[in-house]
Amino acid sequence: MSAAAPPSITVRVLLFASYAERFGFESLPVTLPASARVADVVAHLRALPGGDQLPPKPLCARNLSHAGWSEPVSEGDEIAILPPLAGG
Amino acid sequence: MAYLTSAPIDVAALVSAVQAPERGGIATFIGLVRNHHGGRDVLRLDYSAYGPMAEAECGRILAEAQTRWPVAVALQHRVGGLEIGDAAVAIAVGSAHRDDAFAACRYVIEEVKRRVPIWKRESYADGTVSWVDPTAALQHA
Repeated sequence: MSAAAPPSITVRVLLFASYAERFGFESLPVTLPASARVADVVAHLRALPGGDQLPPKPLCARNLSHAGWSEPVSEGDEIAILPPLAGG
Repeated sequence: MAYLTSAPIDVAALVSAVQAPERGGIATFIGLVRNHHGGRDVLRLDYSAYGPMAEAECGRILAEAQTRWPVAVALQHRVGGLEIGDAAVAIAVGSAHRDDAFAACRYVIEEVKRRVPIWKRESYADGTVSWVDPTAALQHA
């Protein structure tokens, strides 16, 4: 058996509030190249049916922390796409 | 104590949590559900959250405030259905002197609004509902 790194990774994408309503789901596994960044996760979602309802650059979080656009993602990460925050 | 709660916020409990013999002042901020938004009559609203991240982010904000000022901070934010006048968020900050308490209290509410993943859906008197987008509101403020 080869011990080579897998060529792709799978992350769990979470949607909330207005974004979850627009897409009709709250959680989706997404498989991407191992070199993927947060921006690639959003690009993948925006290519899905109805994906053009997501803004080009929504707020994102990776593993419960706000994440920059170019932050790399890893196998098993939880990537959340956050609508405009309205707490407080 | 969890930062998010679906039960009414007990402000007195937050004040007690930051009370200590060496602290001479406690500043509080209470955010209430308002009956109007953008010129529309609001009847009630629902807060939803990305719970695990909201808890983590609140913890980080309180740790930052307590590193930056010599204060103790307690915070709770409601989730679920709220009526007009209900407390949506409450913060209590205790410190030796008032300047630090006011400054840290202001920091915490501003960072909560900016960073904690919580969303608000308002129900209006005309029967419509909508997710509140504070970034859109800024454009006609």
